Amino acid sequence: MDWLIQPWPWYVAGPLIALIMITLLWFGKSFGVSSTMRSLCTIGGAGNVAEFFKFDWKAQRWNLIFIAGAFIGGFLVNQFFPDPNPVAVSEATVQELNNLGIAHEPGLIPTSLFNWSNLLTVPGFIVMIVGGFLVGFGARYAGGCTSGHAISGLSNLQTPSLLAVVGFFIGGLFTTHVILPWLFK
Amino acid sequence: MKYAKFLLVGIFFGVVLTKSEAVSWYRIFEMFQFQSFHMYGILGSAVVIGALAIKMIKGLQIKDISGSPISITPKAKSITRYLLGGTIFGLGWALTGACPGPLYILIGNGLWIVTVVLLSAIIGTFVYGLVKNKLPH
Repeated sequence: MDWLIQPWPWYVAGPLIALIMITLLWFGKSFGVSSTMRSLCTIGGAGNVAEFFKFDWKAQRWNLIFIAGAFIGGFLVNQFFPDPNPVAVSEATVQELNNLGIAHEPGLIPTSLFNWSNLLTVPGFIVMIVGGFLVGFGARYAGGCTSGHAISGLSNLQTPSLLAVVGFFIGGLFTTHVILPWLFK
Repeated sequence: MKYAKFLLVGIFFGVVLTKSEAVSWYRIFEMFQFQSFHMYGILGSAVVIGALAIKMIKGLQIKDISGSPISITPKAKSITRYLLGGTIFGLGWALTGACPGPLYILIGNGLWIVTVVLLSAIIGTFVYGLVKNKLPH
């Protein structure tokens, strides 16, 4: 059972993600997670204030079930076969984390940064609240996120998705090389 | 029962993304530092295999389980919305270390603080819907 505890290498995970996308296509659906947040807005009544949310979310119900599954998948790993070690990022990355003063501790995310008491500090607010807002806003503006554009869209050789992924990297590189050092140094 | 299969694929998705650490803030930070092949390997191999599979589906006109031909709706042509929207998304992705799928998966991993990030992302989605018509697309 050791393979369940150990982190999985990229050449296992990548093909399995492709398999998930193909399975959804076979089920007559397309892989794209960020649109579930639009459905959640509609369920919450956002259709009363914006035309964008007046759509038949029930046709997207399968996707809400899919993300409920994703939640359960995370829960199962954490309950039964979590990796007790810190995420094995490269030496150079550990050095960068040290430079920024971000603790490299066991677990999937740095909880010294992501925690309730940090929410109302400037770095905590920017990372969690502003960061989350940009993810939601940007994904809808671009018409998709990593699953819809970087995986499904690129697999279908769509130019719009290539543009979106170029954008993901412009933004991501700017945050990592300019905003994070400014926030933490 | 018609939804059970989506639940199962979703569970599999959550397991794969957790075990491969693709949901990890550290891995996204490392990716944008170009200090490891891990995330590029995951995305790259998924896209290469996905592209071959879609080529095969189109070539052989494979049908889905309900018997209709598998078709992928192409995205509308534009440059601004993809590049600008993508950049905004990327700014957020590198801050939170998580795109939408991983947000749900991290909460499942018992990291309840991530509900704040998810709620904020839902608010971001909502605000996009409010201002959509004023934005260049």
